[in-house]
Amino acid sequence: MTTIQKQAQSPIAHLTPEDIEQIGVELDAIRQSVLDSRGADDAAYIRKVIKVQRSLELGSRAVLLASIFPPAWVVGTAGLSVAKILENMEIGHNILHGQWDWMRDPKIHSTTWEWDMATPARAWQHSHNELHHTYTNVIGKDNDLGYGIMRVDEDQRWHPFFLAQPLWNFINACFFEYGIAAYDLELGRHLRVPKDKRSPQFKAEVRAVLKKIRAQATKDYLVHPALSIPTGSFLPTLAANFTANVVRNLWSHSVIMCGHFPEGVETFEKASIDGETHGEWYVRQMLGSANISGSKAMHMMTGNLSFQIEHHLFPDLNSNRYAEIAPQVQALFEKYGLTYTTGSLPKQVYSAWHKVVRLSLPNGWLATTTKKNLPSQVALLYKMSKGGPKVRRAAQARLDQVARRQDLAA
Amino acid sequence: MTGSSATSLRSRLTRLAESATTPLVPADFLDLFAPLRAGADLRGRIEQITAETPDAATIVIRPGADWAGHKPGQYLRIGIDVNGVRQWRAYSLTHGPRADGRISITVKAVPDGMVSNHLVHEAVPGTLVHLEQAAGEFVLNSDHDKLLFVTAGSGITPVIGMLRNLFPSTDTGVLKLDRSKDLDIVVVHVAPSEPDSIFLRDLQALDASGAIRLVARYDDVHGVLKVDDLTDLVADLADRRTLACGPAGLLDALGAHHEAAGLELVTEQFRTARVEPGEGGSISFANGTTVELDGATSILDGAEEAGVLMPSGCRMGICMGCVLPMTQGSVRDLRNGQITTAVPGETGPGATGAVKIQTCISAAAGACDLDH
Repeated sequence: MTTIQKQAQSPIAHLTPEDIEQIGVELDAIRQSVLDSRGADDAAYIRKVIKVQRSLELGSRAVLLASIFPPAWVVGTAGLSVAKILENMEIGHNILHGQWDWMRDPKIHSTTWEWDMATPARAWQHSHNELHHTYTNVIGKDNDLGYGIMRVDEDQRWHPFFLAQPLWNFINACFFEYGIAAYDLELGRHLRVPKDKRSPQFKAEVRAVLKKIRAQATKDYLVHPALSIPTGSFLPTLAANFTANVVRNLWSHSVIMCGHFPEGVETFEKASIDGETHGEWYVRQMLGSANISGSKAMHMMTGNLSFQIEHHLFPDLNSNRYAEIAPQVQALFEKYGLTYTTGSLPKQVYSAWHKVVRLSLPNGWLATTTKKNLPSQVALLYKMSKGGPKVRRAAQARLDQVARRQDLAA
Repeated sequence: MTGSSATSLRSRLTRLAESATTPLVPADFLDLFAPLRAGADLRGRIEQITAETPDAATIVIRPGADWAGHKPGQYLRIGIDVNGVRQWRAYSLTHGPRADGRISITVKAVPDGMVSNHLVHEAVPGTLVHLEQAAGEFVLNSDHDKLLFVTAGSGITPVIGMLRNLFPSTDTGVLKLDRSKDLDIVVVHVAPSEPDSIFLRDLQALDASGAIRLVARYDDVHGVLKVDDLTDLVADLADRRTLACGPAGLLDALGAHHEAAGLELVTEQFRTARVEPGEGGSISFANGTTVELDGATSILDGAEEAGVLMPSGCRMGICMGCVLPMTQGSVRDLRNGQITTAVPGETGPGATGAVKIQTCISAAAGACDLDH
């Protein structure tokens, strides 16, 4: 995969500028149809989800007060994991997008909501709503692509450092909320600046994150375990809360990887968005996202980010309506000869991880490796990892040649 | 235990509870089970809705534990979700304080009145509503014996509240209490026609018992009331203290009349005058800056152009980074032309009516005030 602008056969080459603007008009009409019909039922939906989530969290934590008993531990941990997933995905993420601002309920509003997450809501809104949703999949602008630590495209030059990226990605998945917090702070960029030259704004943001992390960790790893002391359940409750956080992190990381990382999702050149029109922005969102197919419960647990395409087209539409407009959006893709990328959760997770592994290796390495040539391929990889840039270039040229020949033979 | 150590124990327990629920607060969980408990945001539950006329109903509400009570004639601000959107309106409390602790409002559905129509025709018992404590200076002072009430349409509601408190109506007729025996009250009540007149039976019963003198004027029978006619309808007008409640037109005319005659007048108006949304307008900021904008420029762009420091983000309506509270006025969504209007006291809690708007996709549709 390479950016859409560099591909030999661009998937949007057949669209005229008029087509692209017409796509914008038709998508605006879909958006308007939801605005015109939203009302009491939608409001009742989000209030119900919040009520169910809070009841589930309360119930699970109550059960965990006796978590020394294994069945209580299992039930409580499972319930708390689901509650934390709902809180982050269907509730927090979507409220912070302003999807429910229209209700004018000060308790359910993008400017007042705070969530059970290491990163403070306001910081996340900046990096997610403003940067990621505006510059979706633009290399160099959308840091969600690999979070600045991964090789996400064949066009990025390979370096031995990237061999470890499947491991980084897994560790990032387990502690995703802290990864997000570091990412929202642009920690990497700021840490390169000498300590005394860091901006006061950055320092204030770090303090806010640390305060948030302290509060969340105190709740999960001190207060609730301490409340379980009467049954001798301090450690089991601590373990349960830790497990629920990791489960939530792994789940949300998987869902988010499926949104922009599986095969078929396009990336874009930085220069291509200069003077981008409304229609062109829509087309970039259409091709830069992928859906997950599945049951109603699965959609709910992903916070309806399984409708990633619809969410990226209309990030401020309330999530409970994405399912209803998805067939209209898909029909629009077909009408204009575009690919609506979708697949089951296992398929998309596999596809995304496969890409992580493939890109951790030099271009063409995975494709040209068979059982038979494995020893020589490993030797080549070893040489590339140990050698300097010159050795890497030469080896890469050979890999490219083999890959080309293989393509021709196929 | 001393008072201060009790307080500090209490605040420590509160902090402990908060540390167990963060980033939520314990109240968020308590609200699931006991939204009307002491210490909660003031709310109420609708218990009963009784039709008074085809387009008016009395709504009985059980207020939360922190309801501080009210005086007859005072009004109440109520927040209710209509089509999923929170709206705030003020309604007079119909009764004086009741033994069962319930409160009631009587609402007349006005044409295009989103909230009044919802309350009269759609609301159901069991609905949770948001309340503010009773307020309003439109109450009786005990130093006046001779009173004139001038009411029009639903403007009768605060007056009914006062009269019911003065002359409780029982199965055996209207009670005359000691505290009310010296009162001499005339009620001039105006309505479009007799069937449209809410509380007419109550007024007639009070009139029949001699508690008040009722002068009912129906537009379809007597023609529209002119304030100069009052001198004919109420001979001793000059001796009376006038309390009036009704639409702006009537109150303005009455104000001019009484001022010219040197008479005392207390008024209460419910519906604020509305401005029709237009194209463009001046945006006023909290610090006093005013910016003139046309109807095609976003408030964000226009204000920045004029040198106002504005919060901003994606500049295309998706990130909510530019949201600011509009306390008054109308804006038009540049994407689809949708109008959003802020009316003090109606579109938000408190007196401001603030509605949060996205300045990057909103253009002025008339004069607006931004709290920024």
